[in-house]
Parts: sequence; C-alpha cells; structure tokens
Amino acid sequence: MKKRLTILKHEGVQSTLAALFCILVGLFIGFLVLLAINPSGAVEAILTIIKNFFNYPSAAAAKKYLGNTLVKTAPLLMCALSINFCYKVGLFNIGTAGQYVVGAGASLYAALALKLSWPVCVLFAIVAGGVWGAIVGFLKAYANVNEVISGIMLNWIGLYLVNMLLSGVKEQSSPYTTAISSVNGSALLPSLGLDKLFSNNKYVTVAIPLSVIIAILVWVVMNMTKFGYELKATGFNKAAAKYAGMNEKRNTVLTLMIGGAFAGLGAAFLYLTGYEQWATTQSSVPAMGFNGIAATFLGGLNPIGTIFSSYFIQHITSGGSYLDKGVYPSQISDLISAIIIYLCGFVLFFKYVLNRSLAVKKGGVKK
Amino acid sequence: MEQSYAIEMLGITKRFPGIIANDNITLQVKRGEIHALLGENGAGKSTLMSVLFGLYQAEEGVIKKDGKEVKITNPNVANDLGIGMVHQHFKLVQCFTVLDNIILGVETTKNGFLQKKEARRKILELSDKYGLKVDPDAKIEDITVGMQQRTEILKMLYRENEVLIFDEPTAVLTPQEIKELMQIMKNLAKEGKSILFISHKLNEIMEVADRCSVLRRGKYIGTVNIADTNKEELSRMMVGRDVQLEIDKKEAKPGEVILDVQHMTVASKVHHNNAVKDVSFRVRAGEIVCIAGIDGNGQTELVYGLTGLEPVAGGNVTLCGKDITHASIRKTSQEMSHIPEDRQKHGLVLDYSLENNMVLQRYYTPEFVNKFGFLKKKNIREYAERLIEQFDVRSGQGPVTITRSMSGGNQQKAIIARELDKKPKLLVAVQPTRGLDVGAIEHIHRQLVEQRDQGRAVLLVSLELEEVLNVSDRILVMYEGEIVGELDPKKTTVEELGLYMAGAKRERVEA
Repeated sequence: MKKRLTILKHEGVQSTLAALFCILVGLFIGFLVLLAINPSGAVEAILTIIKNFFNYPSAAAAKKYLGNTLVKTAPLLMCALSINFCYKVGLFNIGTAGQYVVGAGASLYAALALKLSWPVCVLFAIVAGGVWGAIVGFLKAYANVNEVISGIMLNWIGLYLVNMLLSGVKEQSSPYTTAISSVNGSALLPSLGLDKLFSNNKYVTVAIPLSVIIAILVWVVMNMTKFGYELKATGFNKAAAKYAGMNEKRNTVLTLMIGGAFAGLGAAFLYLTGYEQWATTQSSVPAMGFNGIAATFLGGLNPIGTIFSSYFIQHITSGGSYLDKGVYPSQISDLISAIIIYLCGFVLFFKYVLNRSLAVKKGGVKK
Repeated sequence: MEQSYAIEMLGITKRFPGIIANDNITLQVKRGEIHALLGENGAGKSTLMSVLFGLYQAEEGVIKKDGKEVKITNPNVANDLGIGMVHQHFKLVQCFTVLDNIILGVETTKNGFLQKKEARRKILELSDKYGLKVDPDAKIEDITVGMQQRTEILKMLYRENEVLIFDEPTAVLTPQEIKELMQIMKNLAKEGKSILFISHKLNEIMEVADRCSVLRRGKYIGTVNIADTNKEELSRMMVGRDVQLEIDKKEAKPGEVILDVQHMTVASKVHHNNAVKDVSFRVRAGEIVCIAGIDGNGQTELVYGLTGLEPVAGGNVTLCGKDITHASIRKTSQEMSHIPEDRQKHGLVLDYSLENNMVLQRYYTPEFVNKFGFLKKKNIREYAERLIEQFDVRSGQGPVTITRSMSGGNQQKAIIARELDKKPKLLVAVQPTRGLDVGAIEHIHRQLVEQRDQGRAVLLVSLELEEVLNVSDRILVMYEGEIVGELDPKKTTVEELGLYMAGAKRERVEA
C-alpha cells in the first residue's frame, strides 16, 4: 500500500497518468461528436481512428502503414522538441511552424535547385530554421518584442517566401515541387535498411531513429549539463538568472535559435524522404508546428514523454484519414487532438487532486 | 468582571493541512486598553486575526463581543460588530482624495448624489478629537505614508468601530511618525476604543501597550502586564529561550578601501528623475557601513547600480582598486557577495531544489562542472549538505527540497549561506533580516559582525533603526537619492537619525 502511494507521487508517473486520462476523455468527447454527426457508424468510426494502420487485414500492409505513421511522427517530434526546449526557458515558441516552413523551403531548394546531397540539404534546413528562430530571439532579447507576436508574423513571412522560392522548382502542371527522386536521388535521406523492417516502405529513413535520439539528448542536456542548468534557471526566474551573472539575453537568442534548428531539421526529416511535396500555392502554415504544441503538453513537457505523445497524435491523425469521407470529415482527429490539448490544461489540476488525496491519505496513516 | 472585555477569543483552534496554526488560543482584550499581540513569524498571529476578522473559520473555540457570543462568518459581519483593521499594506485608492477614501463604501447619498458636506464635517471632527492630521482634499498618491495610515485609522473611526486592529503599523514609518502614531493610539484608548497591536518590535510594545499576549508556534504562551515585565522576558516568551538583544562587538578596525563609489548616478525605472543622484562614499575592510533611510529613497537603485543589476548612468564604482562601473555581474560577483533585497525575485530560483540554489553563482566552476559541460551532481550535493549543516538551513527534504516550499526565514538563511561561503571582499546585505524573527535576526547580525572581524567590508542597507544603530560602524543616511548625512552610531540618537531620514536635516557629505 505504502509502496504504491510512493509510486503515485513520482512526477513521471503522475504525468503519464494525467496524459492517459486526457487521451481517454479526448477520445470520448470525439466519440460524442461522431455520434452527433451520424449515430449509426460512430462506434466503427472511433475504432477506425484508434486502429489506424491495423485497419489493413494483412500484417505486411499494416507494417507498411505503421511506417508511414512513423515517417510523419519524426517531424512532429522535432517540432514538439522545439517548443518543449524553448518552453523550459520560459519562451513560447509559436514560431516553430514558421521555422519548420523555412526548413522545408531551404532543404527542398538545396535538393531540387542546387542538386546537393542529403547531408548538405539537412544542414540548409537546420541553418534556415535556426536563423528564423534567432530573429525571434534577438527581437525578444534586445527589443523586448513578445516572442509569440514576432513568431506568428514570421510564420507568414516564411510561408510566402518559401512559396516564392520553390515556385522555381515545381512541376509544370501542378503547384507541387518536383519529386526529389526524379531529379536528385542523392538528396533523399538514407534508410540504412530500415525500410526492410516496414515491408519495403521507402519513406522509412534514419530520420525516425535520429529524432528519438535527439529527444533523449535534449533530456540529457536539460537535466545533466551546465547549459541546461542555466537555461532552466533563466526560464524559472529571469531576475535570479541575471543576479547569478548568467547572460540572459544571449541565452534567449540561443534558445530560440536551437529551437528553430530543431523545427528546421524536422522539416528536412519529412521532405527529404520524398513522402510529401511542397504545394507552392498553399496559403496556410502547415499544421505540423502547431501539432507540436499538443505533443509537447501531452508529453508532460518532458522530451522523453514527447516521443510517445508525438506518436500518439500522429497515430490518431493518420487514423482519421481512414474515415468514410462521405459521412465524417477527417478533421475529426484534429478535433480529438484539440480536445486533448485543452484537457492538457487539466494535467496540472489532475496532479493537484492526486497529490491532495495522497496527502490526506498520508495524514490518515500518521494518526 | 466578564463585561469589561470588548473582545474575547476563547480556545481558538485552527488547523491547516499538515499544521495547527492556532492551538487552543485565548485572547482577551479589555475595553479601552492597548493590547499587544507578540510572536515570531509563523507563530499564528495573522491566522488568529483572520479568524477574528471573519476570513477564516476556527474549528474550535468561541468569539465573544462585549460578553455575547458571536459568529463572524465574513469580514462584513466583523465590520457590523465594530471591528476594524489597518492592514500592513494599506487598502486605499491611490487617485482618490482622503475624504473619498474614508467614505468609500458608506457614502451618504441623496437622490443618487453624494453628500460630502456632512462627511467632511464628521471627518474634521474626528481628526481634531484624536489628533489625526490629514488634508481631506489631498490625493492619496500625493501624501506621506504616515498620512495614508492616518487615513486608514480615520476610515475605522468614521465607521464607528470599537475594536481597532493594527497589523505591524510601524514598519513603514519614520521615528517621528512612529511617535505620533503611539500618541494617537493612546488617545484612542483613552476614548474607550480597544486596540489590538500586532508587532514584533519589543520597544514599541513596551512603550505603548497595557498588556501583551504572546504566541509561539501556534500555541498561547501567556499574557503579561507591560508594567510588570521587561523586553528580555517578552523575547524569552516569544522565542522560547534567552535572546541577546544587543550585539556585542569590538571596535572596528577599518583597513584599506575596498569599495569606492564616486559621483554615482542611477536612473529610476518609475519616474524621469534619477533615483540615485551623484552619490559618493567609501567602504573599508573591517567596517560595517550602513545606508539608512526610509524605503524608496534610492537605496534599492544604489545597490542595483553597485551590483550591476541596473546600468550606472554616471560616476565610477571601484572594487579593490578595479573599476567595475560597467563590468558584468559574473565578474563583479567574484569578489562581491550580495544578499538581495528581494530574496524571491533575485536571490533564489524558487522552483529549483535547495542544492541547485546553493550553487547558483558557482555552477560553472570546475568544482561543479566537468570539461564536457556536465554537472558534477555529487559535488553539488556534498557542497549543499555542508552549507545546510553549517548554517542550519531547515527544510523538508534537505538538498532536494524545492526551495519554494521552504519558510521565508530558511530561504533567507540559504542565501546568506551561499553568499558568505564565497568569502567575498565586499558583502552587500540589503535588509537581510526583513520579516525574520528575533532569534534569526540575532544570528544574522552576529554573522555580519563576524564577517567584519574577518576583515571584509560590509555594506548594510536597512530600514530598521534598531538594526542600523546596533550593527553598523558608520551610518550614511539617504534621502531622495542623495546621501544627506554621515553619523556615528555611538553618538547619534534615533531622533537625530529620524530628522535626516525625513529630509529635515542635512549636511554636505564628502567621500
């Protein structure tokens, strides 16, 4: 009994429980919405979303589509890490979406127009995202411009710049950029045999393990290094960081630059697999950066937790695409993740209730 | 004689999760007396007053007003019963006049229009009767803190309150204002009002109170007649052991100049004038120099300028012969320790563990970080454990306690431990004892003197006159951003110091 209570007190366990709770309630409300739209198929529809690639009867096909979900998880995880990293330093990097966009633009331009090989394309993405983040950082540190405002504005600037830049390398008959495989195969990320594990899904590349490794690295840096100590101190209390002689302005720029680099890298992780092509006519910022917010909070603001939450959000998003479009809009999975984000606000509340009931129990034991 | 008590709180018990804030406390206030309530921080004074004022409900015990049992379920009930309170932080509308503030909430109206004439007459009458000098038409933001406080008192009188609670009323006043307040309180008592005076300043209690009830750690210790007691007994009752009120210290032996400030000017963040104007002074090794003054006369900005938290607009600061006017905090903090005024804002990262806070200015040294940038957690733990032990910092879980959960006194001790362990050339201590109780104050004062005796220069900024006179070797008085006087604590008096602090007296001070 006592042991179980101590486990429940553990921060990580509490976050996990809270996240699971949010997921369950989110799915339930999503189910209610499905019921409202069309009661007869609601049960099947929610199961379709949850099942995602298991909807395919053969194991090989299921594996292949699991691969697809993972391909899109990698960039989502990178965006989530971008937000997570900045959030720990007290900055809300809503500009992740724009940093992701310029990362996509830079890597595709390097691959299609400059015909460079993949490591250089990746570097282009990192630098572009980093610069985009650093602009926000500079404005924040030296001109006291709120990072949310400048981030959102840069999202749009980035989007239209990239549309302009990439319209030179698009297919003639469509707004989409040329397929990398047809122009410059050397720009595609190597799969190192990982594709074999997923029924020869050629989109499965090093991006997936790399993103997980980066998540672990973020955790290590934040919790075990001097750099992480400084950044977290700055995030918790800027005045105390200044008092302690930390260079809080430099740290602000650095943080947003690193966050931007993560987002840029995330874009390279998707577009350099050839899984998606950039539509040069798109007039909204890709949702990836914003979904990263959901993944971060659902992951309990922990980089390791973010690995799982990113997968989950991508899982239901992919699952949503299998719905009968004639009956249900595929946005239903967006709705579910939106509900989950809202519920993430309750994570703290949930922890509070848990801790209070634990405290009461403890008091009872004492007597 | 039951009837002679204006307020009786009998057997009050109030529990919060984990602690008993008030454990069977009895407080009986006679009509027309000044009753002091004495206790350390966290002794339960505020909780008890909150119960009386209807902010909390006690689990056990009864409250009687004029011998009749009453249930005070919220502050409105308390008001109706004639219980009024002057809070430590005044509750006044800054841009309203004194008159408007007094009648706020109990305005007389006629057809929806305010009838101020009658109110003005009543206020002037009350003000005359009790010697509460106010200008009814002045705006709160333009008047002195003392007058604001008198406004608060008039507010209670205007509502015809019988029981007046003063929550640490002297903390913000000059010595002259304190004297006036004491007189006002005596006048009020003479007119039959009952006064509850919450304080931990023994001098004031001895001067003004008739009786004194003492609380310690949530328990009722006793009530004594002031005429039959002395400061030593009161402090013993409050702390539970003998406390040395006056600090023994040897003659200072000032050595070479450690800190040399010349014509320093620091801009203000709140107004266009400079907060610190052309200030020059020196602090030598082996002496404690105290900057005295009423809060808000530029002391805060002076320290910000010295320590590098705010840029210096003009002049020079030299530390150990090196110009540090525009040096980085990291550089100056090597030889200067700073116990900041606001411990929660600057001194600590509250969400960090105690051990992480102990290395807040040292985490980057080879002792705590290896060449790959990884923290040496074992060293940090050991270092924190040593400081915790040495400075008796108490916390729930030792080094891993989240600092936010610690008491204010222990947070302060943690900062002091960290700053003194740096063995600095110069120690800048800003209100190091603010909000602490007698026992902790005694401890900190002793440490300041110890630092001095080890040959360090100490710059103490304090608002507490007793501290100023007791601890320092030299006093500099600041008024409106300037140093207006240099005094010898052995020769000056509280009155003289007060005149300088209020700007009524000044001399040219050359560093």
